[in-house]
Amino acid sequence: MTGQYDDIDLRVRIGPLRLRNPVLTASGTFGYGREFADLVNLHRLGGVVTKGISLAPRPGNPPPRIVETACGMLNAIGLENVGVEEFIRRKMVFLRTAGTRVIVNILGDSVDDYARLAERLTGVEGIDALEVNISCPNVRKGGVAFGTVPEMAAAVTGAVRAATDLPLIVKLSPNVTDIGRMAAVVEEAGADAVSLINTLIGMAIDCRTRRPRLANVIGGLSGPAIKPVALRMVWQVARTVSIPVIGIGGISRAEDALEFLIAGASAIQVGTANFYQPAAAEEIITGIAAFLHEQGEHSVRDIIGSLQVEAG
Amino acid sequence: MTKFQEKAQILDRQELAAGIYRLTLHAPLVAGGAHPGQFVMVRTDDSYDPLLRRPFSIHQVSAGGDLQLLFKVVGQGTGCLARLGPGSRVDLLGPLGRGFRLQREDPVCLVGGGMGIAPLYFLGKRLLQHARLPEFDPVLLGAASQQELALLADDFFGLGYDVRTATDDGSLGHHGFVTDLLDQVLPRVSRVYVCGPYPMMRIAAAKCLAAGVECEVSLETHMACGLGACLGCTVQAPDGYAHVCVQGPVFEAGEVAWQ
Repeated sequence: MTGQYDDIDLRVRIGPLRLRNPVLTASGTFGYGREFADLVNLHRLGGVVTKGISLAPRPGNPPPRIVETACGMLNAIGLENVGVEEFIRRKMVFLRTAGTRVIVNILGDSVDDYARLAERLTGVEGIDALEVNISCPNVRKGGVAFGTVPEMAAAVTGAVRAATDLPLIVKLSPNVTDIGRMAAVVEEAGADAVSLINTLIGMAIDCRTRRPRLANVIGGLSGPAIKPVALRMVWQVARTVSIPVIGIGGISRAEDALEFLIAGASAIQVGTANFYQPAAAEEIITGIAAFLHEQGEHSVRDIIGSLQVEAG
Repeated sequence: MTKFQEKAQILDRQELAAGIYRLTLHAPLVAGGAHPGQFVMVRTDDSYDPLLRRPFSIHQVSAGGDLQLLFKVVGQGTGCLARLGPGSRVDLLGPLGRGFRLQREDPVCLVGGGMGIAPLYFLGKRLLQHARLPEFDPVLLGAASQQELALLADDFFGLGYDVRTATDDGSLGHHGFVTDLLDQVLPRVSRVYVCGPYPMMRIAAAKCLAAGVECEVSLETHMACGLGACLGCTVQAPDGYAHVCVQGPVFEAGEVAWQ
């Protein structure tokens, strides 16, 4: 499917999940897939990670919800989504015909929410894996994000693991002291893979009005600005855990994706780039194949974790 | 409606007034499917700063596949676009969003303020495809000054519309808000199309509602994708939120919870 690079093997495995190539689209940046159907050959993608789904529909935050920053953007969408029943009834109808892997991102307010979501989605035709967003606040524990407390992250992971036999990816928050420890506890709790990083919490102010630029005051920073932080965290986590790592954070072109693969990621997700360049994921797939061809490599798997660090 | 991504060559750049530009692009795919009120997302280069595309309403299209944008330099994105001249290429996504509903027979009124005039010209031209008498359709145009407004007003005169103008400084037409001109024409029109600054649209919407006249407004917000994926371009609707990029940018006035 890569044209002149048909001799290059791009297949990767994320635990039990097999992908035709290591390029996925990140949750919240690709809608439910259909939004991009006119502009992207969905069947070329390694997979699509859906907008985060909750048990009940969520309206999201008041506007303004987004603001552009230097080489990036802040968002405080507020997890707007159609809810799991509408997702299964309407959004999956298109997604299961898209010819690509479908990974459903789930989010909740309590451990029980996550378990119920996993149970509901298991067995639905066309769903290939779940990605658990643990960056949400735990309303039963004073609103502290699940993903910032190792015990809570482990509890969510364990509950979802018990509720489903689908491949289970846990998406890690970067807003923690020790990302390696977070990865280790979710591995221990039964995750098949980890994906990272979610957005970094940030803020922007309009100095003329002295008001925050987001109605929610703070939001998640994404885009090329966060890539070095994401790459460092992926490298740390890949050295810490034995499950596959999926790299996310500011990936816009093939060189970015290759850096993450070399750092130890088995796959990557393209996020904010989908907004300004819908063809980004496809261009990255072609670019990875071209790079491997040029380097005389036959399989993308040969470069995963191939970082050379001088000893001493 | 199919959306396209297209590298469009700039054919012409006209500076209508200080900081106000009209760009003509060759974009046959986007122009071919475009409907008045729809918009395009524009990326000028591969730079990461500014990172996001900028939305622009479509000012007019030609049968030959050309498309025009009308804009004022207000920030980084419009600044980048204004620096490009003939021969340069920009990347377009479009046509996007829901446009105006075309009224075929009864008299209509177009109300434009500042750069909000941009999509109304496309609308004004397309309305004429349905054998109407434009001299019975008032077009109310407002801007800061005669310099900003005169050439744009001439375009509508050229189409045969009943053009009336208002300027903030009184240098052309009525000295005051363009919405002041609405009262006398409302009794004889069946639909009003409005695009301009938010307070202007709010006033126009209220006047139409009070007069029982259908009113459509074209809203503008920040947006990252234009495709319904980022969910960033939210506005308050009576029953929750609406997204400007897919449910709009054109809304019935009653679909907006005016602030």
